[in-house]
Amino acid sequence: MENNQNIIEVNELQTSFFVGGKEVKAVDGVTFSVPSGKTLGLVGESGSGKSITSLSIMRLIAEPGKVKGGEIKFNGENLLDKSEGKMRRIRGNQISMIFQEPMTSLNPVFTVGDQIAEAVMIHQGLSKKEALKKALEMLELVGIPSPKARLKNYPHELSGGMRQRVMIAIALACRPELLIADEPTTALDVTIQAQILRLMRNLQDELGMSVILITHDLGVVAETCDYVAVMYSGKIVEYADVNSLFANPKHPYTVGLLKSLPRHDIDQEGELSTIKGMVPTPDDMPKGCRFAPRCPFARDMCRESLPHLEEEENGNQVRCWIHTDKWDGPEVNVKHDYESAASQQS
Amino acid sequence: MLVYIIRRLLQTIPVLLGVTILVFSMMHLIPGDPAQIIAGESASETQVEQMRERLGLNEPLVVQYGKFLGGVIQGDLGNSIRSGNPVSAEIGARIMVTIELAVYSTILSIFLGLIAGIVSATKRYTFWDTSIMIVALFGLSMPNFWLGLMLIQYFALPPLQWFPVSGWGTPGHIVLPVITLGTAGAAIIARMTRSSMLEVINQDYIRTARAKGVKEKYVIYKHALRNALIPVVTVVGLQFGVLLGGTVLTETVFAINGMGRLVIDAINARDFPIVQGSVLVIALLFVLVNLIVDLSYRFLNKRIELD
Repeated sequence: MENNQNIIEVNELQTSFFVGGKEVKAVDGVTFSVPSGKTLGLVGESGSGKSITSLSIMRLIAEPGKVKGGEIKFNGENLLDKSEGKMRRIRGNQISMIFQEPMTSLNPVFTVGDQIAEAVMIHQGLSKKEALKKALEMLELVGIPSPKARLKNYPHELSGGMRQRVMIAIALACRPELLIADEPTTALDVTIQAQILRLMRNLQDELGMSVILITHDLGVVAETCDYVAVMYSGKIVEYADVNSLFANPKHPYTVGLLKSLPRHDIDQEGELSTIKGMVPTPDDMPKGCRFAPRCPFARDMCRESLPHLEEEENGNQVRCWIHTDKWDGPEVNVKHDYESAASQQS
Repeated sequence: MLVYIIRRLLQTIPVLLGVTILVFSMMHLIPGDPAQIIAGESASETQVEQMRERLGLNEPLVVQYGKFLGGVIQGDLGNSIRSGNPVSAEIGARIMVTIELAVYSTILSIFLGLIAGIVSATKRYTFWDTSIMIVALFGLSMPNFWLGLMLIQYFALPPLQWFPVSGWGTPGHIVLPVITLGTAGAAIIARMTRSSMLEVINQDYIRTARAKGVKEKYVIYKHALRNALIPVVTVVGLQFGVLLGGTVLTETVFAINGMGRLVIDAINARDFPIVQGSVLVIALLFVLVNLIVDLSYRFLNKRIELD
């Protein structure tokens, strides 16, 4: 991947929270990039650091959290070096964000029109009247019926799906180059989820922007993403294009996630498989590979030392000893052997 | 909206009726005879009896109450037992002083309280936050009359003599009593604003505002403050109502002829009509202030349904 093709490159990002004198590493050396115009899915369980990663990119980590290290190169410039004022001109303008909770993400005391217009007024210096005209255009663009009347509505007068459309309108009002969507459909009804995802996809094509889609839903990833980064316990464990990831997952955690996904194309008997155990808590972080305690293939070397994120010839990356020369166990095909190994797991 | 206001105004009628019954019965239940007080210590039993007859105090309570109520409906609050002047005139002479005092003190407490509360919330757990909250605790705990006396001691008496010691009339007279009355209110508003702001600042929509690129100043004063104001407005309304009821100690310290002193003097003299009339007027004002507070909720947050 050449640098100039990537809209954003995150290198060794470290974000920690300092609570009661203790450091909790929420994001611990995350590295990934998003090619221009493409969609990256950031996947992982709750607490894996997905949202913190996205808030770190926006530089919106609140106390007691802090971005400790690494770099976030956006169009070649490190966002972490920017002054707060410069960063503010990027937020909502070149990089926008949509949040998980449409019900609480809009300010209850301002009209929908005002909230969309605000971003335009800030970044494009339009007058209130022009900005409201722009807001109307945006409401039309995101497919809200009778947009003119909606402009004067307050958030509580709209349904969850409509509110998320408004959030999208706010985020896209200044035609950003990068949109970060943090679980944009999790709080919505399944039927509305599909609509919102389709809307985002269409707008992405129309505006030519890049997207980071944060989700724990691999179904959503398969439908919308070009690349996928799988996060576990604050680290990326696998990065691949979407086809490789689904066809040939390399990391046992990715395989576990895929196996726990219900499939309608094959008849499954019995229960859906699960990954045994829990995500480790920050004060009880495993010394070696963080997935080792739950991994059906784990050996002593996995528990002792942390593998690096190794890049393969096709640019895909995986963080697992199995795929290195140092692997001291029997030959393993992670995808095929996962189930039998998992069933032997105590 | 209009329907709501009319309904609320109609609802005040039973409230005020209840207030009159309560005050009327309390005044007649406490020991002490206005006839005796007016006739004087040395008056004979017959003279006192005549006085009682003249004031209509010998009639059954129900009849007395009926007469009082009948007068109120016609806008007549009766005459003061002591001075013989109409009660409305007595109250009229005092109420503006009290309203002025209440309005200025409330403005001062809102101004100081909001600024202190916002600074405290945005600089949480810092030196500023701690200092402001300690000062607020002092403001809250300090007895009004003591603060008033201290202010007189340092700013009205020599050597400074910046303000008059007592009385009412010139702008200079306003300063010390308003500081005395406004301090406690400012402290309460500061604490309320702080906790309300802290709650709002963690809301998702504040993060949305920041993600839009809104300046931090506007995030706080536009997006957060408006949401945080509702509990603050409630406190302001209550404070204002209390101030309207008169502030006897402060009025006494500064020798201001306001409602508080009027009521206290009337109670001591068993001047029933003045007490009843004053309480009725204060209750009416209190109810109106509460109505305004309720209407402002709707103005601040359109989600709140009035009905």
